[in-house]
Amino acid sequence: MLKLFLRRVALTLPTFVALMFVTFVAVRLVPGDPIEVRTGERGISPERLAQFRHELGLDRPIWQQFLDYANGLLHGDFGVSIVTKTPVLNEFLILFPATLELAFCALVFAIVLGIPAGVLAAVKRGSIFDHTVMTAALAGYSMPIFWWGLLLIMFMSEYLGLTPVSGRMDLINYYFEPVTGFMLIDSLLSDQEGAFGAAVAHLILPSIVLGTIPLAVIARMTRSSMLEVLGEDYVRTARAKGLSPLRVVGLHALRNALIPVVTVIGLQTGTLLAGAVLTETIFAWPGVGKWLIESISRRDYPALQGGIMLISGIVILVNLIVDLLYVAINPRIRHGG
Amino acid sequence: MPLLSIRNLSVTFATSRGPFRAVDGVDLDVEAGELVAIVGESGSGKSVAMLAVMGLLPWTATVTADRLTFDGRDMLALSARGRRKIIGRDLAMIFQEPMSSLNPCFTVGFQIREAMKAHLDLSRAERQARAVELLELVGIPEPERRLSAFPHQLSGGMSQRVMIAMALACKPKLIIADEPTTALDVTIQAQILDLLLRLQKDSGVGLVLITHDMGVVAETAQRVCVHYAGQQVEMQETRGLFRDPHHPYTAALLAALPERAQGRMLPSIPGVVPGLADRPKGCLFSPRCRFATDTCRNVPPPRAGAEFGFALCHTPLLAGVPQRREIAA
Amino acid sequence: MAGDSMAGDNMREGPAFDPAAIAMVETVPPEVSSLRAFWSAFSENRGAVLGLMVVAFIALLAIFAPWVAPHSPVEQFRQFVQQPPVWAGGSWQFPFGTDAVGRDVLSRLIYGARISLGIGLSVMVVSVALGIVLGLASAFMRGVVEVVVMRIMDVVVAIPSLVLAILVVAVLGPSLANTIIAVTVVYLPRYVRLVRAAAIAELSKEYVVAAQVAGVGKLRLMFVTVLPNCLAPLIVQAALGISDAILEAAALGFLGLGAQPPTPEWGAMLADSREFIRSAPWIVTLPGLAILVTVVAINLMGDGLRDALDPKLRRS
Repeated sequence: MLKLFLRRVALTLPTFVALMFVTFVAVRLVPGDPIEVRTGERGISPERLAQFRHELGLDRPIWQQFLDYANGLLHGDFGVSIVTKTPVLNEFLILFPATLELAFCALVFAIVLGIPAGVLAAVKRGSIFDHTVMTAALAGYSMPIFWWGLLLIMFMSEYLGLTPVSGRMDLINYYFEPVTGFMLIDSLLSDQEGAFGAAVAHLILPSIVLGTIPLAVIARMTRSSMLEVLGEDYVRTARAKGLSPLRVVGLHALRNALIPVVTVIGLQTGTLLAGAVLTETIFAWPGVGKWLIESISRRDYPALQGGIMLISGIVILVNLIVDLLYVAINPRIRHGG
Repeated sequence: MPLLSIRNLSVTFATSRGPFRAVDGVDLDVEAGELVAIVGESGSGKSVAMLAVMGLLPWTATVTADRLTFDGRDMLALSARGRRKIIGRDLAMIFQEPMSSLNPCFTVGFQIREAMKAHLDLSRAERQARAVELLELVGIPEPERRLSAFPHQLSGGMSQRVMIAMALACKPKLIIADEPTTALDVTIQAQILDLLLRLQKDSGVGLVLITHDMGVVAETAQRVCVHYAGQQVEMQETRGLFRDPHHPYTAALLAALPERAQGRMLPSIPGVVPGLADRPKGCLFSPRCRFATDTCRNVPPPRAGAEFGFALCHTPLLAGVPQRREIAA
Repeated sequence: MAGDSMAGDNMREGPAFDPAAIAMVETVPPEVSSLRAFWSAFSENRGAVLGLMVVAFIALLAIFAPWVAPHSPVEQFRQFVQQPPVWAGGSWQFPFGTDAVGRDVLSRLIYGARISLGIGLSVMVVSVALGIVLGLASAFMRGVVEVVVMRIMDVVVAIPSLVLAILVVAVLGPSLANTIIAVTVVYLPRYVRLVRAAAIAELSKEYVVAAQVAGVGKLRLMFVTVLPNCLAPLIVQAALGISDAILEAAALGFLGLGAQPPTPEWGAMLADSREFIRSAPWIVTLPGLAILVTVVAINLMGDGLRDALDPKLRRS
């Protein structure tokens, strides 16, 4: 088990190094000079320009810049935003809870709906319910989620007036200092009446939008995995014991069917973070996705570089954890069978 | 009233190419404590018939029977809930593939205790004690430790012992063993068979043994049913069957046993079991039967009387000689 | 020489003169061609046929856009700004209404099909070609080539798709061509990995060994012997890849990082329409619907292709 763990970890290291290299090189290639962006059109004296370049390390050989960059990363230094002049890591850590909260709720939405839908579709194979679920899943993973978000805003917020249009919190009625950065928790801690409800209301539409593709993927995967498992001999054995259908399907079959589903859920991290860019843009959600898009338009190299590095690092880490989790829930691998 | 009584059992599967009748008019009576064997080639519908008794067939299957009673209750008329109270408790089944018949995600102990939890009024500790006792009964060393093992940590023979323990857990009245030794190594096969026979003798449980091995039948069963292409072609006492088979198929099966072969070549039955597409009009065995007549090829055979082992044949054999039905009747 | 070839011809035609053979040909149904077998398997799937029909319809619209579209996609009818579609009280002059600067929405949608399908197809062609070359190279050469190629693919996969596309566009600048490059980079790894895995699986089979023993050259072995046997999953992936590429390109367009105005790209049209959610909902609804319908149709078709071409994948 430990050996397996170390091997998996070792396998991800080269990916990290390559990732560093790619982001570093890519960002050097971005057109537009960051100094110009900061100084604007007014022009600047050559001495000031050189000074700026020196401050930012832009006057040194490119390989040295890379080594500095790599060394910095190892010490948690992801550079300093050119625009806000705060360390990129700090900015990221302030914004990340918002993205995490959104992604978590989206994933919960997808799992809570997707697994039962997939199981039922498999059990009632060929029924109207099955066809409905499969059609909805097809539409779900074909969905341009930015449009889906606009549609939901149009219908739920503008037409029915049920949910807020954007943001994380109703800032006119409630204000409290962030403690954890998670609005659901902070609103509870604030003891302000209705704050938690407002936080939930703000989360509903973005979670649905971000959770739609994972929902479709999870439902499809659960169904096909379940169909396969339901034909297994051990399911027949369980039925031969006279167990109730709920126990046969919900325990004996589902426990086995979930093994590939968990892997698929883990692989949704990338989808969620990519989707977060769009969802946060639509709902003006102050998370890292929106920040990343803004840093492009501001030509904020270090922010872009650090942001991509951090987001990709998180994806690699989560995939690693999923790999290990897969081992943990599958007794056949766990005991080296 | 026999423990299990089947009259004219038929099972039809809906396939994409139309209905397929896998079991056709099977009769069987099993008395309490009796050991009956069902023999036949693979695909002869013997497992399907027994799965129908258990109610374990998929929804594509349609089961009909004039009578299908177990322990005095009509299994076809029972609700699903009512049937679940019987199967796993009074009526248990052991399957062909022990390795894949145990759930890989749960421990052996969990799977054995589960049946007791569903059917018996035992406390947790009592269930655990009974599980240990069962593993000892089926000859598994270190039962306490084995109970916490996962199925993939057991060998095929061990797994089948666990399956037997599971079947015995609620002290059933009848066990259906569906080719319990087929998937095992030859050396293990004999051990498992001995175990089953010993348990059957000791506990007096009825046993239906499905097999394709005539040798196993000779050693074990009191009565034998022979199945061919979904039909029951003959049924009689084991001794009588081996001495004087009445159906040409049974005779050919017995002639193909190595112990009985005469001469240098082992006799075999030419041809294959008819499938969905090439079902003969008359007797299903007629294309492979060396006694077949035009009547056999065109008219489905009637069932003969008890003196001919209920043979499904126009010209049942008597001491190896085909008898005209007029004389037989 | 002539005699030989005559004999050869006779040999080939020989059985035709044999009455017994003719009788046999008449009783045994002719061997179904693999194309026909594929079509009969494909047409069994009603969803797939429906998808194919929709895709064909959209493709025809795209090809004949100048003749089909009622107006130019960029012409601004200043006096008809934000006209509602015909079913919401508009006129037949602009069946799907007009946008905020008076351009005909229907015409923009039809021309948009050109762009979206064009992006989808170009991404697919480029990434399949690159995927075949890189995948076969890493399967055949192993060693350093394989390690380098596969590590790079690992990195590409580790970066969330849209984030990577954004990075590429940020480097190259936003434009239609760069959208194609960005989306190709994002979806390249799946083709490379697929080809490599399929090729490695094929390499261990007898016929490849036989070809090697027969002295077949490496390039011929790669492209003529092995590649055709990896094609089924590749075709399926390519079909499904078109829809992913369309979605990804539309997302870039929506973020303002794809096709630039006034190009009638569906994603960009959506981005333009965001502020009119309240006043002109059709400008928001229709481009998204166009994307959804196209992507669903391609996915339906792709699923049908998979079922028909690759029975191994059928159960998923």
